[in-house]
Order: sequence, then C-alpha cells, then structure tokens
Amino acid sequence: MNLPARRVVITGAGCVTAIGNSVAEFCESLFASRSGLAPIELRPEQKLNFSSVAQVKDFSPENLLPSALLLLTERSAQFGMVAAKQAVEESQLFPAYPPESVAVVMGCAVGGREADEPEVVKLYNRQGRVHPFTVPRVMASSGASQISILFGITGPVLNFSTACASSAHAFGHAFHMIRAGMVDAALAGGHEAPLTYGFLKAWEAMRVVSAAGCKPFSAARDGMTLGEGGAVLVLEEREHALERGALIYAEVCGFGMSSDAFHITQPRPAGPASAMRNALRDAQLHPADVSYINAHGTGTEANDRAEAEAIREVFGESGHPPVSSTKAQHGHTIGAAGAIEALATMLALKHRRLPVSVGAEPPDPALRLNLIHASADFTPSAAMSNSFAFGGLNASLLFRCHE
Amino acid sequence: MQTPSNDVVLERCIQLIAKSRKVAPETISPDTSFESLGADSLDMINLSFEVEELFDVQIPDDALSSIHTVQDMAKGVSDLIAAKPSVPVEKQA
Repeated sequence: MNLPARRVVITGAGCVTAIGNSVAEFCESLFASRSGLAPIELRPEQKLNFSSVAQVKDFSPENLLPSALLLLTERSAQFGMVAAKQAVEESQLFPAYPPESVAVVMGCAVGGREADEPEVVKLYNRQGRVHPFTVPRVMASSGASQISILFGITGPVLNFSTACASSAHAFGHAFHMIRAGMVDAALAGGHEAPLTYGFLKAWEAMRVVSAAGCKPFSAARDGMTLGEGGAVLVLEEREHALERGALIYAEVCGFGMSSDAFHITQPRPAGPASAMRNALRDAQLHPADVSYINAHGTGTEANDRAEAEAIREVFGESGHPPVSSTKAQHGHTIGAAGAIEALATMLALKHRRLPVSVGAEPPDPALRLNLIHASADFTPSAAMSNSFAFGGLNASLLFRCHE
Repeated sequence: MQTPSNDVVLERCIQLIAKSRKVAPETISPDTSFESLGADSLDMINLSFEVEELFDVQIPDDALSSIHTVQDMAKGVSDLIAAKPSVPVEKQA
C-alpha cells in the first residue's frame, strides 16, 4: 500500500544573532548586507591574534525566560530557548498540537563553555570550588531539554553534535521525522556561545581565524570569524498546518548527508558534492530546479576551494545557481550555523530576494562561482543551504516556496 | 574575625534561603521546612553550596539528606564551625 507522502512546512521562526535578536531584525540586516562582525570585548590582558567576532548584543534573557530555568542554564542554551519562544509564539503551535506529537531537535556542538571555563579557572588556581550547577549548565543537550521543559513537549528530544553541521543535521532529521510520521511537528534549530577566552585561544592555535573579519570566496580571504547565537524554526506536517490556517514561510523538501572519511580538519569536495546530490534526490529535484545556494562559505582557503569545486561538480561549471555565504554578517556560529543559515535561506525564498555574499569582493577567480555581489530580486523555486563540518560531516538542506 | 554565634548562623541562613527562594525573610522560621519552600533536590544542593561558601565549611554528602528544616541546616553549619581546628573566617554574605 502506498501511503500519500507527508510534506513538511515551516510555520514559525525565532533567532538571536549578531545581526538581530528577532527574525524581523535579522531579515532587515540580512538584506541590507549589514555585518555583525565587531572587535571582541575581552579583558585587556587577554590577547588574541585576531580582533573580530560576531557577538550577540543586548541579550536580556532575564526578561524573557523563567528565573528557575535561567539559574540552570548558560548563554548557549538561553539563545536556543529565546529563539524557540519566538518561534512557538509566532506559529501558535500550542495548543494546536498535543505535546507528545511534537519533537525538539537541536544542534549544539560546543556546549556551555561560559559556565565551564570560569569554574575550571577557579579550580586550577585554587580560588574556589566548582558550582554545583556546572554539569546541567555545560552539557550540550541542555538547550534541547530546557526547551522541552519550557513548553512541556513530551515527544522525542534530541541534540546533534556534529561540529559545524550540528543544527543542519538536527533540522534535516526533524524534517525526516515528520515526513516519516514519527511526529507531526518539531522545533528544529541550534544554539552556540563559543566566544570564551579559552575556546578562542584554541581556535587561534589552529591558525584558521581571520585577523580582521572573514571574507568568504574572496581572493583576499584569510580565515573564518567565530560567532554566537541561535535559531529555531517550527516544522509542521503540511496538511495539519493548512487545516489550522497556520502562516507558512516555506516548504522543507530535501535533506542529504555524507561523510568524507578522509581527514579531521581538511575537506575534500567529494563529500559535500555527495550531500548536495543526496538532498536533490531526497527532494526529487534536478540541479536546474535550484535558484539559490546559501553556502557553508567559512572564508578559509580550504573550505571555500572544496565547496566551490563541489558546487560546480553538482550544478555545472557554468550556469549554476547564484551563491552567497552570509557568514561575514552573522559569523561562523559552529553548532548554530546550519539553523541560522536555514533561516537566511528560507527568508530569501519568502522575500524573493538574494542575500549578498558580503566580503566576497574581490572574488577569487579560481573558484569560478556565480557569487551574489548585489542584492537582487529573483524568481525563487528551490534553495539549498550547505553545512560542512570538521571531520568531514556534511549536510545539505533544500527548501522551496510554498504556494 | 570571631566565630559566629548560633543565632548569627541561623539569621544568615534565613537571609540566604529567603534570597534563594525569593520569599521575605520574615516568613521563614527555624521550623520552616525546605519542602514547604518548594525546594527540590537540586535546589538543596545549590543552597548547601551557598551556605558552604558563606561559612567556609564542607557539608558531608551523607548529612545533606538529614537537612529538612532551616534549623537543621543552621545547626549543621554551627556544628561544622565548632569542629574546625582553627578560628573560622566568616566570609562576606
């Protein structure tokens, strides 16, 4: 017996990012090509070889979240909780859905560094003891759990930790869970607060961070820029959403994964190309159906070269869709990157407008990419969002306009 | 600094518990139970940590389960202070 295929739509969104602490602010900044990259605010004695990060400003969770949950969480989980609250309020998911029919699927790779590092410093310097809430604050799944507690969601609750692809994997799995009938709705996204001194020094030691700010796909690119934030989207089975008259942003139509099985930091084009092909197959779309690609585009020499080659391999040397990386605006938010970029991709479809690849001038001619240098209206069909992680963990998502 | 008297320990404990549970100190008496204040096991661990920091003592793990009221906590702290070999230093509240 062939059951009719369930389709999945996005009916709510929320975010906390360096370019806006709401979807409205994020959207305005995105299409205005505004950058959230700024000098890092650390104590003067804490020296770094780079000066630029994408930090969330004016974040006041104490005005938005219950005090009992605030005490047990740190910045990363709080980004996720606030984004989820915005998304749920917009979608009016409850009481439309029984709590057991809803999933929470988050991506967080780094965990609660802001709760961890100061405690470790105290301990090692014999200046105090470790706070008893350190474990619940630090664990990477804290955000997913606290979101479920906040809304009383009793369906599956998961956290993906697949480095820079964490929330793309989370989003894709939430999509497949709804399509397969495991649940009828999901809060899908990610959150990360990795801008602690110890973690920034660890990235500095890897020599992959840009001195003054990332320039994805540019000939002048010199590395990535770390960012923080969170984004959560509400996914629903389409018929349920239509029946209840929900606002529909876009349809989620494809998810592809692969792994490089090659190197813990070096990318190889075959893996990303395979993820993109798998997403197209999953969506039953052809490369020509895609009218925009939101690239992983970190701004490192190796990522941008491998990703460009993979895009050309899948979509053709010439005539491939317009491409942009939005990381020079919101930074590379590690576990939250896939969710924030899924939001950017969805907004491009909704507003029929292409986000500029900020920082890409002058473009690297060797990459041979159709980069977006000026924001322009377009006739959207489907759009892809790529996330490729250290360790060769690749995820591509496909969205299309919902009419 | 002098060793705090039992009354001072009790009063400091009440102030700390009131702040933590977000209630007025006047509503807390020595007989007030932590259960009546809505404190769960995680809250008790946090309260114990704060009391330990305040009085520079270490409440043994097995003693925690026998603390049911404010007086239990204050007496336990006073006993720990009295058992310390050197003059305890009362930290800033």
